[in-house]
Amino acid sequence: MARRTNTWGNIDWITILIYVILVISGWFNIYSAVYHEEYSNIFDISQRYGKQMIWIGLSALLAFFILLVDSEFFVTFSYVLYGLFILLLILVLFVGKEVNGAKSWLMLGSFAIQPAEFAKLGTSLAVAKLISSYNFSFNNYRKIFALALLILLPVVLIILQNDTGSALVYIVFIIPLFREGMSGLILFFVFYAALLFILTLVVSPITIIVTVIVLALLGDLIIRKSWGDLLKVIAMIGFWGLVVWGYSVIFNDNNPDIYFLLVRSSVLTSIVLLVVSLIKRVPQAPLIVSMFLLSLAFTFTVDYAFNEILESHQQARINNLIGVESDPLGAGYNVNQSKIAIGSGGIDGKGFLQGTQTKYDFVPEQSTDFIFCTVGEEWGFIGTSTIVLAFLFLFIRLIILAERQRSVYSRVFGYSVASILFFHFAVNIGMTIGLAPVIGIPLPFFSYGGSSLWFFTILLFVFLKLDSSRLEQLH
Amino acid sequence: MDSYSKRKNIIILIFLLVGVVFILRLFSLQVLDTTYKKTATNNVLREVVDFPSRGLIYDRNGRLMVYNQAAYDLLAAPREIAGFDTTLLCSILDVDREQFEKSLSKAKNYSTYKPSIIVKQISPERYALLQEKMYKYPGFYVQPRTLRKYNYDNAAHVLGYVGEVGPSMIKEDSYYRQGDYIGSTGIERKYEQYLRGVKGKSYYMVDVHNRVKGSYDRGNMDVSPVKGSDLVISIDAELQQYGKQLLQNKIASIVAIEPESGEILSMVSTPGYKPSDMVGRKRIDSYPKLVGDSLLPLFNRAVRALYPPGSTFKMMNALIALQEEVITPRTRFMCNHGYHIGSFSMGCHHDREFRLDASIAQSCNAYYAHTFRRILESSKFSDVKEGYEKWREYVVSFGLSQTIAPEISDELPGFIPNSDYYQRRVFPYSRWRALPIISLSIGQGEIQTTPLQMANYTATLANKGHYFTPHLVKNIVGTNESVIEVKKFQTMIDSANIEEVCDGMEQVFSIEHLGTARASRVPGIRICGKTGTAENPHGEDHSTFIAFAPRENPKIAVAVYVEYGKWGSTFAAPIASLLIEKYLNDSIQGSRKHIEKSMMEANLLFPDKPNYFKIE
Ligand SMILES: [Zn+2]
Repeated sequence: MARRTNTWGNIDWITILIYVILVISGWFNIYSAVYHEEYSNIFDISQRYGKQMIWIGLSALLAFFILLVDSEFFVTFSYVLYGLFILLLILVLFVGKEVNGAKSWLMLGSFAIQPAEFAKLGTSLAVAKLISSYNFSFNNYRKIFALALLILLPVVLIILQNDTGSALVYIVFIIPLFREGMSGLILFFVFYAALLFILTLVVSPITIIVTVIVLALLGDLIIRKSWGDLLKVIAMIGFWGLVVWGYSVIFNDNNPDIYFLLVRSSVLTSIVLLVVSLIKRVPQAPLIVSMFLLSLAFTFTVDYAFNEILESHQQARINNLIGVESDPLGAGYNVNQSKIAIGSGGIDGKGFLQGTQTKYDFVPEQSTDFIFCTVGEEWGFIGTSTIVLAFLFLFIRLIILAERQRSVYSRVFGYSVASILFFHFAVNIGMTIGLAPVIGIPLPFFSYGGSSLWFFTILLFVFLKLDSSRLEQLH
Repeated sequence: MDSYSKRKNIIILIFLLVGVVFILRLFSLQVLDTTYKKTATNNVLREVVDFPSRGLIYDRNGRLMVYNQAAYDLLAAPREIAGFDTTLLCSILDVDREQFEKSLSKAKNYSTYKPSIIVKQISPERYALLQEKMYKYPGFYVQPRTLRKYNYDNAAHVLGYVGEVGPSMIKEDSYYRQGDYIGSTGIERKYEQYLRGVKGKSYYMVDVHNRVKGSYDRGNMDVSPVKGSDLVISIDAELQQYGKQLLQNKIASIVAIEPESGEILSMVSTPGYKPSDMVGRKRIDSYPKLVGDSLLPLFNRAVRALYPPGSTFKMMNALIALQEEVITPRTRFMCNHGYHIGSFSMGCHHDREFRLDASIAQSCNAYYAHTFRRILESSKFSDVKEGYEKWREYVVSFGLSQTIAPEISDELPGFIPNSDYYQRRVFPYSRWRALPIISLSIGQGEIQTTPLQMANYTATLANKGHYFTPHLVKNIVGTNESVIEVKKFQTMIDSANIEEVCDGMEQVFSIEHLGTARASRVPGIRICGKTGTAENPHGEDHSTFIAFAPRENPKIAVAVYVEYGKWGSTFAAPIASLLIEKYLNDSIQGSRKHIEKSMMEANLLFPDKPNYFKIE
């Protein structure tokens, strides 16, 4: 009895308040997105908004029960729960229902559950458990190997379901790992690669090459703090450029283009610099040079793979993925309509139920993946920025909560929760405004669907439960 | 123990960075860029044109001649088309599959998004079949249109036809859009402004599948179509029909005018075509055939065929001579089987002396050779040239050598040479004399007139010296507006002189005066007429006749031309007499039924000589 009172007293009501606000706004926007004159009652359970109301009710119930559970339960049964969800992932491969090409739904009577969602919960628990375990360190290769296995196992299983979008979410585990001491370089490289990948497909290769060269030169300048050296490097690029040009003209009898010249001269310069810096033992220089060369190689690989290996329909799909809007009615149609919906909202929006893009089905998947369009169209910039700020507030609140944990377990879990929510937020909203690939993942608490709402609710409330009993924990 | 706690700041920074990028992007999309608002409106807004029904056309007695029938255009918005059974659709619509696919790919090239017309003018029967199957063809829509329908098979040249508007007209008048209909010829063209009405517009909201979801702005922006104005035309549909029957199997034309008003009662040109041949999809088949037909059915002879007026012109010379006082009604001239002077000779078939009235009744050439010389060589004029110029002035005052019916856009002016013409061609090295141009005395030679002009000339005689602008439209229903000004034109001839000439014209039907058209006399009606023969260098001469009736208070003036009809008395005179009798009495008396029968049965077409009839 004393412990229960303790739970309600210590629970973070601020987080719950944001949660409630987001869930209710989501419900209203779903109502607007699928609104029909004939079924205008928001409680009509034959419609999605009526159903969402039931899912919300069930979520409240779930949250309540989670808060009743002893927090030690999650700690103790972390691996068991993880194993259970892995089993579900395997099970869904055999008996799952295929939706949109992904065999990822498990039907339990009239309920449909996506085990991939819940596997994130299991993985978060297991990762927290492993990192908080005795003698864990990023130098302990056996533990690191186990950690990699914990994360990659569900990823592989989800990819086998053909649900790449959900598998991508697991990238965010680098955030809690980074917080716990993993090398910052990995975080940096992941972000750098993601940025380069998208840039390669959106911007012309020459722009990227020039950008990368300029970045390398800047890095060089910062490390060596010498303008003279910078000029020497630029002069060397120019020298190699002339050599390459001369060679082409004399021996191959053709006039090479600027792209060809830049790439070759900078690669040759890099090699010279690498040799010189190794001989002279200049610290960090090899790092910059090799990063530069890697960037080039990566860009070329993506560019080559995209243009030479992929069939045109595959290219179209990737273009769609990254929202290139060259053909508004073709591959980029969805993103384009989504941007029109949001853009047409203006400052204060068209008003509740007044969004024509939404009401007349121009926006695809408007109650699920593209629910943010309804916000943008009907509530305008005021609505969208409020939602973005509310999410940011939630994330920062979660980090503050995670930081106040006494146990490593709760902290890692808290970071996992914040990161998973963040990834969904970033990719979902990013894709509706043309800043991220079109990956079909829901906006937490907003998108229609019981499975995802329950998952996000459980994720959040398990952490709130851990937080409320943070003073009892020893780990 | 927790040496990495500062890393929380980097993580918060990453989260904030993404949030700030999103807010900046949202600000640019929603606040800075206003184009999305327009695009969203364009997405849902559909402007639908409501076509007004075209004005009806009634004849002078209130008989409905032209009205509208429903037709349907099939449109397609290529983006919304799902897989469908092309063969079935083509068979429902009765269209060629290849043609259908061609239009569809053309529509795709135009826009995948906006609907374009794929099949035009589907009949109501086909549309009924299509409607049942329409659910099978997403992306296809039907737009109701109207086509012309006719109660009479005649007056095609007068009424004209309605066709699709051309690119130059679209440029000129912003009212028209690609695919609209416009009057192409005849009254349909001249009165397009009144007949077309005003298009209406409705604005609808549509969903992504182009399904109408409701009216835009509660219909406040909608404009209702305004029906076109109805016209009452001067044509007598029954008379027109009768004229067409009389002229069947002949290359011929009739123009009948009500003298007291200038209203054209009938205007027939044969061979012609049915007005319904030019409606909608039928035109695609019939138009090339009509264009290729050696009998030139599209050619409106009534206003475009040029003939020398022949003997019907003799009254003109008589009137000028009377007016110039170079003869009197009692002046006599001798005919010795013609007019002979020196080596010059103009044939005739009399051997007696004529007074003016008898010269008209029996159409003596010699009389008019004398008369013409007297005019041109009159002592009033310093020379023959001045005489000719005065003569021409008289002729032109009858509306010749000019267009006279402003409603008829393809009317030809005909030709009365001016003195320069003869100066250059006939008298370049010698002084003017009457003899070289004496064929003008009997309406031959260089002069050319149209049947309309000759009917108008007849109406002028009926009016004893003036005519009114010949016209086709009596009034626009519901307005007092008249589109063309009906003017009175006074000739230079006194009415007393015309009375004298009319005596002769009445004798044309007289047995005792051996009138040339005595066989065509109509008991009970005093008709004034004159036979004529228009010289035809290509074969048998053309038969012409002009007449008005009744002599007192004339109601109808008519000119008839029958090509290859030889004498005026053989075809043109009986046909003119029948028309007059029909118009005035409403029926043909029993004693003349055989004339009616033989006229209707006469066939003057020679199909073995296809291009023989071409009119230059
Ligand atoms: Zn004679």
